[in-house]
Amino acid sequence: MKQFAELIRTLDSTNKTTLKVEALAHYFKTASDKDKVWTIAILSHRRPPRPVNTRLMREWASAFSKIPLWLFEESYHIVGDLAETIALVIPPSEESSEKSLNQFLQEIIELKARSEEEKKEYLYDNWFSLNYYERFVFTKLITGSFRIGVSQKLMTRALSKATEIDEDILAYKLMGNWDPATTTFTDLVLEEKPEDYLSKPYPFYLAYAIEDEPQSLGDVKEWAAEHKWDGIRSQVIIRNGELFVWSRGEELVTDKYPEFEKFINLIPDGTVIDGEILPFPKNEIGTFKDLQTRIGRKNITKKLLEKTPVILKAYDMLEWKGEDIREKAYQKRREILEQLFTEVASEEIPLHLSSTISFQTWDEVAKERERSREVKSEGLMLKRWDSPYLVGRKKGDWWKWKVDPLTIDAVLTYAMRGHGRRSNLFTDYTFGLWDDEKEELVTFAKAYSGLTDAEFRKVDAWIKKNTLERFGPVRSVTPHHVFEIAFEGIAESSRHKSGVATRFPRILRWRKDKKIEEANTLEDLKALIPK
Amino acid sequence: MKTPLLVFNQKGIYCEAADVYLDPWKPVKKAIISHGHADHSRWGHQQYITHHTNVPIIKHRLGDIPVTGKAWNETFTINGVKFSLHPAGHIVGSSQIRVEHKGEVWVFTGDYKTEDDGLAVPYEVVKCHTFITECTFGLPAFKWLPQQQVFNDINNWWQQNQDDGRTSILFGYSLGKAQRLLKHLDTSIGKIYTHGAVENMTEVVREIADLPPTEKITRDTKKEDIKGNIVIAPPSTHGSPWIKKMVPYVTASASGWMTFRGARRRRAIDKGFVLSDHCDWQGLLTSIKATGAEKVICTHGYTDIFSRFLAEQGYDARTEQTQYEEENAEQTSK
Repeated sequence: MKQFAELIRTLDSTNKTTLKVEALAHYFKTASDKDKVWTIAILSHRRPPRPVNTRLMREWASAFSKIPLWLFEESYHIVGDLAETIALVIPPSEESSEKSLNQFLQEIIELKARSEEEKKEYLYDNWFSLNYYERFVFTKLITGSFRIGVSQKLMTRALSKATEIDEDILAYKLMGNWDPATTTFTDLVLEEKPEDYLSKPYPFYLAYAIEDEPQSLGDVKEWAAEHKWDGIRSQVIIRNGELFVWSRGEELVTDKYPEFEKFINLIPDGTVIDGEILPFPKNEIGTFKDLQTRIGRKNITKKLLEKTPVILKAYDMLEWKGEDIREKAYQKRREILEQLFTEVASEEIPLHLSSTISFQTWDEVAKERERSREVKSEGLMLKRWDSPYLVGRKKGDWWKWKVDPLTIDAVLTYAMRGHGRRSNLFTDYTFGLWDDEKEELVTFAKAYSGLTDAEFRKVDAWIKKNTLERFGPVRSVTPHHVFEIAFEGIAESSRHKSGVATRFPRILRWRKDKKIEEANTLEDLKALIPK
Repeated sequence: MKTPLLVFNQKGIYCEAADVYLDPWKPVKKAIISHGHADHSRWGHQQYITHHTNVPIIKHRLGDIPVTGKAWNETFTINGVKFSLHPAGHIVGSSQIRVEHKGEVWVFTGDYKTEDDGLAVPYEVVKCHTFITECTFGLPAFKWLPQQQVFNDINNWWQQNQDDGRTSILFGYSLGKAQRLLKHLDTSIGKIYTHGAVENMTEVVREIADLPPTEKITRDTKKEDIKGNIVIAPPSTHGSPWIKKMVPYVTASASGWMTFRGARRRRAIDKGFVLSDHCDWQGLLTSIKATGAEKVICTHGYTDIFSRFLAEQGYDARTEQTQYEEENAEQTSK
């Protein structure tokens, strides 16, 4: 644990990526194999199930630090991270533990089955006998995801530096469903074992948003365009008579989409398809909101399957007849995909092809983009016909060219403090639009991105001076500031007070030039809902 | 009901019996000033009264103002109200202001800290009935380490950066924090360079306190000379073109706000040292208790939370609005 806590302390002492990679690489060269596996797991958001719920942890932490619970809660709102708050309020200790990271995690795994009293005692003992960073790390391992400004990509780069194994190969090895409690470093990282790869997806190739006009991409004939679908990016794998569905978040979601079981007998073994899971109620593409009714559910009932079935909109082929074909040109991969599609497609099979469209001029491409909302896409994807399937977000061969977002001018009404690097700063805002009489502001969306750090600081200072009421962490503020809010999609919703749900709302601009009377109305917003 | 000895009005903290303001934020006839930071000593008053060590500091900031210097514990009477200044330990020349009238004693802390920083005259407990306290760091999450430990960390950091061939840039407010840092840097490691704003203020403070030699960075300063040494600069220089001369460098901030990992991360500073010129949670509670005050008025900081806690502890506690900059993690200077 000492070494891991020291690593976190070092990572906390620099803002420079190269130094972070160096520190991590050094750790991967010197730590024990078991600890290394856990470190990889933690930094790729694989952690043991939470053994203690956070309510109990808050109660115990406030009791141990002899402060009232309300004061602990207030401190938590301001610090913005539970483990950090606990590490700060409990009386300092200079002690340190000789136990390894692996030992701690084994204990945390076993803790889940223990009685509440035993859990309390375990936390008590450790909180009091660990120094600040060890205590912070220990609590973080128990409370939740380990977001500390180190991405999985950065970790992989450091691991590559330490092991001299290619970064892309490592990314591939680290994907999927492995259990850090039983996996060895040799198995996970060093050794090549084909049977382990049965369920493994390939790292997704991601596109950047296009920066200039598409004309800058050169000859239009070298490019394919297709619509960019708004669902869940997924890989569907058929190997050895088994089906595996992976989401882009590297989550194995096979059980959530039983529709795809039909693929097993139709699609040959050794096939990996890249595509988008889309809701398909009433035999047409639904909204992302429809899909959300499927994402969160543990039990997929028959009723739900009937109401909101899903399809796979396929756009790429990564493995065919057991062979990794990512190096082949996109055009070639599409040929294979389309051939398979013609062979298996039927009304009953939830497999659709995302069509590629060839164009003679960029103007035609632009016109197709204008149609995006009509066909329920987010815009276009531009892919170079001769491009291989790369790993991660890369510039050059693939670009996304989204439609311009819908926008509306709304009034800032409530604010909440942010988390992580935004702790203690009011950065999470609620926005309202005028009702019919233009008398009241009706909440319609929350947004917490889109302003620069400097703008956030200004709004934060203003909020602190213009608070009307406090409701726990939330403050209502004097309606005064107008912001232009952008969003990707819009649909009617009975769950929202405004009767409207927006997709991915964010702040586009701070409209200092507008008075609140000039903000839009709810009617204006509803007029944007596609008929 | 009689008028309280001190009231909070549009212009500042007002003593009607003496017709005097304490740290007013609007121009007034007569002002007693706790210390030299801009939010407490503002421009435009007809008469200033402050501790004599603060006189050169506010003259440097505000020009040739009509100011009278007083000694510690020297009682001066205005319209029958007795005033005296007592060390607050916040920065050089900072005082608490004691006000006594008809047997009733109030103390206004200005800003203060309980630890002896080796530069400012250390904080002194002043018994009173009503204590007006700042509570900038009035949360149990704030706990300061003894400064020697923090300075050991700072000096080790500097040494390490030098070994790595990098220049250390340490951000601190020009008045107060900058001199405290200077005072405790280990000059056997290297030379201390300063930004102009820090250098000018340090020159003023040298009249009052003994500080190690510093060199101002000017256009003529050679890049090679700075390398591996330490630079003390105001936080506003972070990310400015001025700093480019120091490449390759590592940045750090020394402030109470560095307690929060998020505060350091969003300012894109490499290293945070938790070092403050204000009281931490325990420091506030201990000093309030030591004054023997029954009534406590909380001004700037986490006032609502802090006064609620005090009320639960049995104090007659409330908050008052002031225009002392609601110092927060975004100005990681003090």
